[in-house]
Amino acid sequence: MNHISRLTAVVLMLAASLAQAQSNTLGRNLAATCANCHGTNGQARGDSKPLAGVSAEKITAALADYKSGAQPAMIMHQIAKGYTDDQIKLIAAFFAAQPAKQ
Amino acid sequence: MNSKLSNVSRRRVLGAGLAAMAAAPMMGCANLGAGPSIGRVVIVGGGFGGATAARYLRLWGGNVDVTLVERSASFVSCPISNLVLGGHKQMSDITVSYAGLEAAGVKRIQGEVVAIDPQAKEVRLADGRKLPYDRVIVSPGVDFMLDQIGGLAAPAAQEKFLHSWKAGPQTVALRAQLEAMRDGGVYALAIPKAPYRCPPGPYERACMVASYFKQFKPKSKVLVLDANPEITSKKGLFEKAFADHYKGIIEYRANNELKSVDAATGTGKLEFDDIKADVFNVVPPQRAGDIARTAGLVNMNSRWVGVNWLTMESTAVPGIHVLGDATFSAPMMPKSGHMANQHAKVAAAAIIELLKGQPVSAAPVVMNTCFSFVTARDVIHVASVHQYDDKDKTFKTVPGSGGVSAAASQVGGRAALAWAANIWADSLAS
Repeated sequence: MNHISRLTAVVLMLAASLAQAQSNTLGRNLAATCANCHGTNGQARGDSKPLAGVSAEKITAALADYKSGAQPAMIMHQIAKGYTDDQIKLIAAFFAAQPAKQ
Repeated sequence: MNSKLSNVSRRRVLGAGLAAMAAAPMMGCANLGAGPSIGRVVIVGGGFGGATAARYLRLWGGNVDVTLVERSASFVSCPISNLVLGGHKQMSDITVSYAGLEAAGVKRIQGEVVAIDPQAKEVRLADGRKLPYDRVIVSPGVDFMLDQIGGLAAPAAQEKFLHSWKAGPQTVALRAQLEAMRDGGVYALAIPKAPYRCPPGPYERACMVASYFKQFKPKSKVLVLDANPEITSKKGLFEKAFADHYKGIIEYRANNELKSVDAATGTGKLEFDDIKADVFNVVPPQRAGDIARTAGLVNMNSRWVGVNWLTMESTAVPGIHVLGDATFSAPMMPKSGHMANQHAKVAAAAIIELLKGQPVSAAPVVMNTCFSFVTARDVIHVASVHQYDDKDKTFKTVPGSGGVSAAASQVGGRAALAWAANIWADSLAS
């Protein structure tokens, strides 16, 4: 590996880790908008549905169904329509990575 | 939970640190994990906004030195307080301790802030203490424009015409007035012109007081005197609730603005009418809380605080971030505890980035869910999602999203109580 390609590798690694950190932070911030009903980090209390530790596929699919109307709801069909598909992916990845129990 | 979370954030910090080390191998390993504080943040006001900011600065920031100054000994929730007025809940049900925040590493001072000095970067307390800060958060809620209603500035009038628009002693006092009222009496509720804290709150209150009368004082009346041209939130749903459950009990009058009160006779004067009531509940017009005015933050309509929505920083005084009801609301953004909690998370994320010298997240989202009880069990809601619009530098609701309930329901009632439990726990780490 010559100097330039080594430098390129370092720069790419830095850029990738920076991008990862930024999307982690964005996912964390977006998921925090759900906490008022679903608990801090998705660790819900009472009758609310916990989201912590639920697989990203499951959360993404549920929100897509609320959005399309395939899954009727009291309120989630109205809320899901406020988020883009990219935002939903970040939210789902964040909750999937949280421990299910406090 | 906290230890697991800080492991996650430490891992993230470690990842970033390793990348930095790859680029600059001579930099060394300083400040991985428990290092010195990244900054001092003083928070003025421990309502939904201030408490949530304190919690999330600790949760997300790691080593942020957070001091919360609040005059009350414990948190009392405005949401659900109308159920206390209706006799369906007790004060203990809506009171939450600050112990959870303290356990999360927040220093709490029970006291009164009298000044904020942005040059010295210091918050001053009534007892003479001075708290230095790198960033300060002001979450002052609302105070009342008593001069807008003739006679209300007199202390005797404020004792008689309770607002109960801040949960706490006034909630207890109004409940006592309702309990002492004779059957066949009149409870009048004066609603100010929008904007005010909690748009659907007055109509929920009318329902809750009516639900109490219906069961225990069936000859009594609820008279709603609304300064607005119509019900300001969930209109159709409230009209249906008034008709379905409280026919003959609730009388709603639009465009009835209270002009003055007379404590001696318990009378309120409208433009063309004098109203005498046994219990007269006056919610006065509102503005940003006093400390916002003292600190020179009020720069919108002489009432509210303009903020940069990416950081919640005041547009009047740099270094001071303002949350909740006190802000000049973005279009369609309600003044609610839920929204104050959401503002706090935007501010916490931005302040951590600012303290670390990192760029601030450019695409924040906030959302609101608001439940109103129309009976002890049946609930209606309104929800909205607000995305930041980079062109207009404000939050905007997403077309096609949000809306109100199809109908009042007990499913909604269970969701409302679950919401309360979760938002209290989220805001206060309880």
